[in-house]
Amino acid sequence: MSKHVVVIGGGVAGLEAAGRLSREGLDVSLLEKDSITGGHLNRWFKLFPDRRDSSEVKDYLEGLTHANNVKLFTNVTIEKLNRDKDHFSVLTNDGKELIADAVVVATGFDLFKSSRKEEYGYGIYDNVITSADLEDMFRKGEITAADGTVPKKIGIVHCVGSRDEKAGNLYCSKLCCVTAVKQAIEIREHYPESTLFCFYMDMRMGGAYYEEMYREAQEVWSVNFIRGKVSEASETIDKKVVIKVEDTLAGRPLKMTLDLLILMAGMEMSEGGIKLAGLAGLKTGDNRFFEATDHHFGSNKSNVEGLFYAGTCTSPMNITETISHARAAVSEVVDYLKNS
Amino acid sequence: MEKFGFFISKGRQINYDSNDRSIAEYIYEREPSFRRCIECGGCSATCTTGSMTKFSLRELHILIKRGENDKVMESLKKCMLCGKCILVCPRGVNTRNIVVLAKQAFQKSAAYAI
Ligand code: SF4
Ligand code: SF4
Ligand code: SF4
Repeated sequence: MSKHVVVIGGGVAGLEAAGRLSREGLDVSLLEKDSITGGHLNRWFKLFPDRRDSSEVKDYLEGLTHANNVKLFTNVTIEKLNRDKDHFSVLTNDGKELIADAVVVATGFDLFKSSRKEEYGYGIYDNVITSADLEDMFRKGEITAADGTVPKKIGIVHCVGSRDEKAGNLYCSKLCCVTAVKQAIEIREHYPESTLFCFYMDMRMGGAYYEEMYREAQEVWSVNFIRGKVSEASETIDKKVVIKVEDTLAGRPLKMTLDLLILMAGMEMSEGGIKLAGLAGLKTGDNRFFEATDHHFGSNKSNVEGLFYAGTCTSPMNITETISHARAAVSEVVDYLKNS
Repeated sequence: MEKFGFFISKGRQINYDSNDRSIAEYIYEREPSFRRCIECGGCSATCTTGSMTKFSLRELHILIKRGENDKVMESLKKCMLCGKCILVCPRGVNTRNIVVLAKQAFQKSAAYAI
């Protein structure tokens, strides 16, 4: 009888891992908390840096799991996860018990809840939105201010909930700078009359073709980049947003009135992941993400034998890195099962 | 009027809503590489004028972009147009031409008598 692997989480990492494990001849169950798989891909419209449609990646991943007969369970959460001698027992919210020889945790990340940065007024001011809200607008093909008008002056705040002691997150989420650049270009394409401002602490364009995209945003799309952390936003009587920032490279404070302010929400360990860490006794780091046994050569291994990590439940990653990490998890599982 | 030694300090804040950015627009149109500057300071580091006097080409760029034009006019005179700065710029900005165009823009603009 072939061995059974349970994969927890049906986002990018979980789909890739499940599909590949199944292709290796293993019996695979994929558990997803939502009604559909794809995770954050369902919310993002176009991907950086090539601006391809996110559905193409989703189609690839779901195609992989379908072709390889992965058993999919949706609307499922984990109530218990125990290791018993050489197997795992996974108890779900609908009362099922799955017995597995190995487990892959791919619980992903949650977007930082931007209302926690009260000084930016998300959820209070009408014209403050997040990067994810903007993706919803892109999907609908309609980018508007709260009153339905066309926004002309638009600001983007980098590092919302990342690199911020006050938010409890010291780390850089890695992908929000390039997201800001991508979204700024997309808005300019949609509204050639608009003026875009990115307020950044550092531009961290560490990925293939990210820096080139930044340059394109400046040169072709006239996006303005101002170095400084926005300290606060306030609302005018006609619902515009006034921001205060130091233009650190000019060495002067600066104020500006905007029609729309977009917050680049960072990545955090998911709530599901935190719950699972408690249930299964999994180690987490100071950044609350799962802590693998070795940063360099054990990035898929957990402190529980036979349980492996895949993707952004261990740290912020882009899709390319997530898929690679998931494939690495597959090879760890295969090795482990061969030797156990 | 008697002077008592009191004065009202002018705010230091850049008011982006009201500042005049026509000089920047003039340069953008004629020298699009102006947009590519990432404010790294390579140009100012190599500039001879900058090492002898208080002059920074990088700062000059940013002040033009923000519309802080009063401060720019004085500074512009210090540049010797030697072109050393072009050699170090990592973004291929035609720095020297920016100085030339800025001077032109001020001369043409009725708002600034040079
Ligand atoms: S990627 Fe950029 S915006 Fe995101 S946390 Fe890092 S520096 Fe901030
Ligand atoms: S051209 Fe002007 S700014 Fe450039 S190095 Fe020479 S003096 Fe300095
Ligand atoms: S060297 Fe080039 S990119 Fe750097 S500040 Fe000067 S003009 Fe800008």
